[in-house]
Amino acid sequence: MKRVQKSKMFVLLGLLTLTIVLGGCQDKKDSGKDSSTDKSSQTTKTEPTMGGSIVVGIPQDIEDSLDPHKAVAAGTKEILFNIFEGLVKPDETGNFIDAVAESHAISDDGKTYTFTLREGIKFHNGADVTVDDVKYSIERCADTSNGEPLVSAFSNIAGVETPDGKTVVIHLTEADTEFLAYLTTAIIPKDNENPDTDPIGTGPFQYVSRSPQENIIVKKFADYWGTPAYLDEVTFKVLSDSNAIVTGLKGGSIDMFARIDSTQSAELKDDFTIYEGSMNLIQALYLNNAVEPFNNIKVRQAMCYAVNRQEVMDMIADGKGTAIGSSMFPAFGKYYVPELADMYPQDVTKAKELLAEAGYPDGFDMTITVPSNYQQHVDTAQVLKEQLKQIGINAEIQLIEWDSWLSDVYANRDYQSTVVGVDASALTGGALLERFTSDSPVNFINFKNEKYDSLYQEIKKTTDDARQVELYKEMETILAEDAANVYIEDMACEVALNPEYDGYVFYPLYVQDMAKIYKIKE
Amino acid sequence: MNIKYIAKKTGTLIITLLIVSFLSFLAFQIIPGDAALSKLGTAATAEKAEALRQEMGLNQPVLVRYGRWLADFVRGDMGTSYSYSMPVREMIGSKLPITLAITMISFLMILILSVPLGLLAGKHEGKSLDRALTVVNQIVMSVPGFFLGILITYLFGLVLKWFVPGGYISYTESFSGFLIYLIPPCIAIALPKCAMGVKMLRGSVIQELQSDYVRTAISRGCRENTVLYRHVLRNALIPVLTFWAMTIADIVAGSIIIEQVFTIPGLGTMLITSISNRDYPVVQCIIVLIAGLVVIVNFIVDLLYRRIDPRITGQ
Repeated sequence: MKRVQKSKMFVLLGLLTLTIVLGGCQDKKDSGKDSSTDKSSQTTKTEPTMGGSIVVGIPQDIEDSLDPHKAVAAGTKEILFNIFEGLVKPDETGNFIDAVAESHAISDDGKTYTFTLREGIKFHNGADVTVDDVKYSIERCADTSNGEPLVSAFSNIAGVETPDGKTVVIHLTEADTEFLAYLTTAIIPKDNENPDTDPIGTGPFQYVSRSPQENIIVKKFADYWGTPAYLDEVTFKVLSDSNAIVTGLKGGSIDMFARIDSTQSAELKDDFTIYEGSMNLIQALYLNNAVEPFNNIKVRQAMCYAVNRQEVMDMIADGKGTAIGSSMFPAFGKYYVPELADMYPQDVTKAKELLAEAGYPDGFDMTITVPSNYQQHVDTAQVLKEQLKQIGINAEIQLIEWDSWLSDVYANRDYQSTVVGVDASALTGGALLERFTSDSPVNFINFKNEKYDSLYQEIKKTTDDARQVELYKEMETILAEDAANVYIEDMACEVALNPEYDGYVFYPLYVQDMAKIYKIKE
Repeated sequence: MNIKYIAKKTGTLIITLLIVSFLSFLAFQIIPGDAALSKLGTAATAEKAEALRQEMGLNQPVLVRYGRWLADFVRGDMGTSYSYSMPVREMIGSKLPITLAITMISFLMILILSVPLGLLAGKHEGKSLDRALTVVNQIVMSVPGFFLGILITYLFGLVLKWFVPGGYISYTESFSGFLIYLIPPCIAIALPKCAMGVKMLRGSVIQELQSDYVRTAISRGCRENTVLYRHVLRNALIPVLTFWAMTIADIVAGSIIIEQVFTIPGLGTMLITSISNRDYPVVQCIIVLIAGLVVIVNFIVDLLYRRIDPRITGQ
C-alpha cells in the first residue's frame, strides 16, 4: 500500500525529470527503407567551415562526476568523450585507434600490452603528457583499496611499467585479448587535485565551465594532436522535459538533440536534418529468473511465444527498430547471431500449451516494473500487457522512479519483471554477456546456467579470437533457448540537427563526437 | 511592536525550520535508493555502493547524520553536493536570484493588475464592466499556471516569435535579457493568482461599501472616489493581504513547475533533480530556504496588518 502511494508520487517527479539514458547510437546498416541514405549523400555535398558554435540539448545534467574515472552514466560519458581520451579510443566503426599512445603491441600470449606515447601530446592545461601520467591514470582505476577497482576489468592488471620516457607496459595476470577495449580509460594529469570539478584531458575539446541544471560549455583545444574540431565552442544545454526539446529546437535555442522519439521526429522533420540509427541496447522484458513463476523455463518460453515484437515496434515507434532474440545487438556484427531473433515467432496456441505444461493452464498475475522516465519502455510495457493477456497472463504495470528502480530492481533484485534497455559498457562481447554468469554482481535477472558459466570461463582462457567469437555465440544461443528474458528490440535512435550544420556520425557506443560536426559553408 | 512579539516570531521560525528540515531528512530514509546508488547507476555492485556510502558518510544512523548536518548548517556550512561535488552554498547562491526574480516580478504583476481591477469591479458591481471582468476572471482562474505556460510558449514563442522558447539567458550574461525572458513565465504564474486577487478584492470592496461609515462619509459630502481610496481600500485590503501572503508561498511553489515548462534552471529545477538524485544536502537547503521564506513573509504580513489597521495589536 505504502509502496503504491510512493510510486505515484514519483511518477509525477519522473515525468518532470529524465535521468540516465542507456544505450548509444549507431548508423543503421540496413538503411534501405529509411531516409538515412539520402542524408549521407547530402553529407558529401556540404562544405565545412572552421569556427562557429553550437548548442546541443541533453536530457540530463552530469550528475555523477566530471571525473572520467568516476563517471558512470551513459549521458555523462557521451559528453566526456569529447574532453578525454585513453591510450586508444574507439572510432565510428567500432575499431580502436591509437590516441594518447602513438602505437601499441599485444604479445602473442595476450598478457603484455606495450604502448608508445604520442610525441608532443599535451593536456588542456598545456602540460606535456608523460608516462607517469599514464601509469597514474591506470593505477588509479586499478586501485582496490576501496574494495573494487574503478574499472572492474583492471583487477586483471599485474603491474604497469615505464621502462623509458615514452613506453608504457601493462602486464596482465591472465591472458585477455579483449583488454584493449578497456584501455579507452581516460588519461588524466597526475597532479590535478580537483578532477571532480576541474576536468583536464587530451581530447579535441577542453572544459570551460558548467552551471548545474543549466549547461556545460567546452571549447576547441588548440593544441590537439589529431584532426582538430571544426567548432570553436559547444554548449551542452540541459533540457529535462520532452516538450522543451521540441520547442527548444523549433524556437532556435538549441541546434541539436540526439535522442528524439518518433513523434518528435515527425514534428521536426521539415525543419531539421534527421539522422536515423540504432540505440545499441537490448530492450527486453527482463524476468527475475529466481522467483515464481519465472523460475520455470516453460513459463518464460510461453511468454516469448506470446509476444509479437513487430507489433511492439509498430505501436511505439512507427515500426522503427530491429527485433532481437538474445543479449546482443546487430551493431556487434562479429558476435551477433541474427537467427535468434526468429526463435520465438508469435504463436498463442503453443504459448498456452507451454503454460499448461508448466502448471498454469489459466495463466497468472504478474507485475512489470518500469522506470517512469523512459517513455519508450513504459509504452512497450503497455503493448506487452495486452499481448500477454491473450495467454491468460494478467500483467500489472508499476511505474517507479529511476532511482527506485536502481535500488529495488537493479541492486536488490526485488521485482518480478521489468522493461528496460541494457547497453554495452565496452566494445567487447563480454560487456553484454558476462552479466548473466551466475555469480556476476550485476546479474540482476538471477540467470543461472552452468553451461553458460563454463563457456565464459573458457573464453577467458582462450586467446584465439575465432574461437572466442564462437563461444560468445554459443552463450547468446543459451540465453535465447532458455528464454532468459523476453527479448524485444534494439530501439531506433533519431538525431535532429539544425540544417546549418552537418557531419553527425553514429558510433557503436554511446558517444556524441562533436569534433566532427561543422557549420556548412554558405 | 514589542520585543516579546519578535522573540515569539523568531521562535516560531526556528521551530518550523527544525521540523521541516527533519521531516525532509526522514523522507530520504523512507524512499528507496540513496545517493551512492544514484551516483553509480547501472555500474553499482554491492561492494562499490558500500565503499561509496562509507566515503559519503551515508552508512551512519539518521540521527547522527541529521545532527551533523544541523551543526554544520548552523555554522554556515551547507555541505557539498553529492551529484556536483560543488559547495551547496555556491550552487544555491547562483540559482537564488532566478527564483527571487521570478517571485518578485510575478508578485508585482499581481499587485499592479489586481488592485485597480478589483476596485473597479467592486465599484461598478453588477454593471456590464463588472460582469465582463467576472467572466474573464473565471476563465483565467480555472486554467492552471503550467498549462497557461504551455499556451504562452506556443502562441508568443512559436507562432508570434516574441521570445525564444527555452532560450533562457543567464543573469550573469545579460541582466536585461534575463528579465525579459522571465516575463512570459511570470505572466503564466501571475495571471491565475491575479484573477483570484481581483475576485477577493472585489468582494471585499463590495462588503465595505455597504458599511455604515461609507454611508456616513458620503452623506457628509465626501466624494465617492475619496471614500473609495481613503477609507474603503484600506479596510478592504486586510483580508486580501492574507491572500497575498499565501500567494508568495504559492509563487515559489508554482515556479518549480513553471521553471520546467520554460526550462529555467532555477531552484525548482534543482530541487526536483536533487530529489531524484537523492542529493540531500541540496534538497535540505532548498527546503529550509523555501520554508524560511514562507515564515518570514507571514511575519511581514503581520507587521503590515498593524500598519494598515492600528487596532490590530500583538494579541
